[in-house]
Amino acid sequence: MNTMLRPALALVLIFTLITGIAMPLAMTGVAQLAFPYQANGSLVERNGKVIGSALIGQNFTSERYFHPRPSATTEADPEQPGKTRPAPYNAAASAASQLGPTSEDLLAAVRERVAANGPAPVPADMVTASGSGLDPDISPANALRQVARVAAAHGMPEERVRALVLRQVEGRAFGLLGEPRVNVLRLNLALDDLR
Amino acid sequence: MTLIGWAQIALVLICIVAAAVPLGRFIAQVAAGERTILHPLLGPVERAIYAVAGVDPARGQGWKAYTFSMLTFSAAGFASLYAILRLQDVLPFNPQGFGGMAPYLAFNTAISFVTNTNWQAYSGEAAASYFSQMAGLTVHNFLSAATGIALALALTRAFVGGGLQELGNFWADLTRVTLYVLLPLSVVVGLAFVALGMPQTLSAYADAATLEGGSQTIALGPVAFQIAIKHLGTNGGGFFGVNSLHPFEGPGALATALQIWCQALIPFALCLTFGHVVGNRRQGWVLLSVMLGFVVAATAAIYAAEAAGNPLHLAAGVDAALGNMEGKDIRFGQALVALFTATTTGASCGAVNAMFSSFTPLGGMVPLFLIQLGEVLPGGVGSGLYGMLVFALLAVFIAGLMVGRTPEFLGKKIQAREIKLAMLAVLVLPAAILGFTAVAMVLPAALASIANQGPHGLSEMLYAYTSAAGNNGSAFGGLTADTPWLDTTLGLAMLLGRFAYVVPVMAIAGSLAAKLKVPDSAGTFPTHTPLFAGLLAGVILILGGLQFLPSLALGPLAEHFSMLAGKTF
Repeated sequence: MNTMLRPALALVLIFTLITGIAMPLAMTGVAQLAFPYQANGSLVERNGKVIGSALIGQNFTSERYFHPRPSATTEADPEQPGKTRPAPYNAAASAASQLGPTSEDLLAAVRERVAANGPAPVPADMVTASGSGLDPDISPANALRQVARVAAAHGMPEERVRALVLRQVEGRAFGLLGEPRVNVLRLNLALDDLR
Repeated sequence: MTLIGWAQIALVLICIVAAAVPLGRFIAQVAAGERTILHPLLGPVERAIYAVAGVDPARGQGWKAYTFSMLTFSAAGFASLYAILRLQDVLPFNPQGFGGMAPYLAFNTAISFVTNTNWQAYSGEAAASYFSQMAGLTVHNFLSAATGIALALALTRAFVGGGLQELGNFWADLTRVTLYVLLPLSVVVGLAFVALGMPQTLSAYADAATLEGGSQTIALGPVAFQIAIKHLGTNGGGFFGVNSLHPFEGPGALATALQIWCQALIPFALCLTFGHVVGNRRQGWVLLSVMLGFVVAATAAIYAAEAAGNPLHLAAGVDAALGNMEGKDIRFGQALVALFTATTTGASCGAVNAMFSSFTPLGGMVPLFLIQLGEVLPGGVGSGLYGMLVFALLAVFIAGLMVGRTPEFLGKKIQAREIKLAMLAVLVLPAAILGFTAVAMVLPAALASIANQGPHGLSEMLYAYTSAAGNNGSAFGGLTADTPWLDTTLGLAMLLGRFAYVVPVMAIAGSLAAKLKVPDSAGTFPTHTPLFAGLLAGVILILGGLQFLPSLALGPLAEHFSMLAGKTF
């Protein structure tokens, strides 16, 4: 037994030091030197202040901004200990709705969102909660559908806002992988710059 | 389904197979203790490790010593990880000030990572310190993967010669696989992940003042390196609660494609390693083709189901162009979601880039069924190969029954002892999955965990025990998994799925190694042919799948027909 205990304990300890301490710290050092922007969370600053991350969606509810997808993230409810309450785009606690395809609640939520964003057919990403609760993107169809509302709120011609959206569409990686999309934070920042 | 979607799938699959060829050869070199291109750098480290651990790498072990070494090592790993998780509040690198994990949760999590399952009853960014993630979870991502590969190498060696008493040295296999295979790949992939947008920092979470005047706390951490081995080692335990869906853990389509490549690479490569070591390369390709065939079929099924969308939602006025988008993010697209899902459940990885719970019923049934087929398509690193070899033994046995000859596989006679042990191994999965699920479905303490009503509720519970016993780790995430009952029973299911399976497999290895090689004769059934590949696929489907059909009928299939009938719950 002793012939097995020593190598077992020694290898757990040695590999904890190598793969659990030395390598992660070395990788952190290299990453901070080589890719400081990505390694620190792709944070976006405006006027010297962090206003979010290019990769993490944030909640927009004002008529003046493009809205992101529905988010199912929550936060602790200060009034009911042990319970949570909805907190869209809580980037400290990623979560999905986990509602199944025959969920009554999900169907009701979809109907409500379709009614709010009509006329049908409404782009699917506009009426379904993302898997991360932090989806930074919307589909181009979703963004184009919001153009009239945003343009009206700013008193700008629709064509100008539409052109902005089309400029912000990101294509597939290498023209092949993924789907075309629009980053909502970048789009709204560009919108702010437009004024 | 679109042409460009299929082009994405084809590109990733081609890259996987193309890389598996040289890697399979390289692992065979490492397994033999040969000098490789990495030895000038890592050779001294290897020798130093042996000196400290008191290991003589040249000293072979029989199947019992090899197995006991593995069990002792896993027990030591469990104890170390459990202690780290419980004590994370007093350990360093805890900028968010998380408390120690509760006993049930720490028990479940420690088993989960030591068995290469990586089922997560906790949410990373809300419950695990950076120290726990690095020195606890990352370490066992490496070690449980290396353990699986070592076991597969031991079984492989049983076919090499006749009258063998030794299967290699567990400690040497573990050390070499970690140093020469897993670590270098993780460094390269980890840096690529940082470049693609994954954080790698020890700073506390960032605070942002949003455009609308609100505030947002953004979880960060040493993500990239852990995610590299999470996929390469088919571990699947996410840094964040929503796994590879989190924009920092799956920043884009390129990152998700690279993750698919990583999680399928070593399981496929090991088939070719097997071919090299036993001196029959075509045999390796036959195993690989069967695995690949199932992956392609499963991808097509998921892609078709998800791209078609949910008919209830389409009828409510949702546009069909994007398919079913509940529980999915925009950036990956349905094609890469389908391929990711098929490889992560076929490969016993368990990472997700979409929420299976919100898949259409048939789309969600595919990952469930892939795990139930025995985690051999291509299966976890190592566990996929040894699981596949068990099915291969059963296939030649059935072929032997049909023609009335003693079955042989690679010159080794397959007799009653091997078949009994193989059946013992393949019965672990149905016993653990169906047994625990049946109990849970009548126990009020367990039923309280179910989130969705109707057949979907059964699917949630069935999926949880399937994932645990199959050492997969993915979930139908509605289930409230962190309860004393589920933490404990899912932990037991993970233990059974790993160790109750592999001990009989190692006994087979010992028994086969000792046998003499019989030369091929006119009556030998060749096992490196398309005919055998077809037979093997049939045995997997019938033996692995048939026993689960009733449970699938009550869960996903019942939900599918309810959905078509317009019924919600």
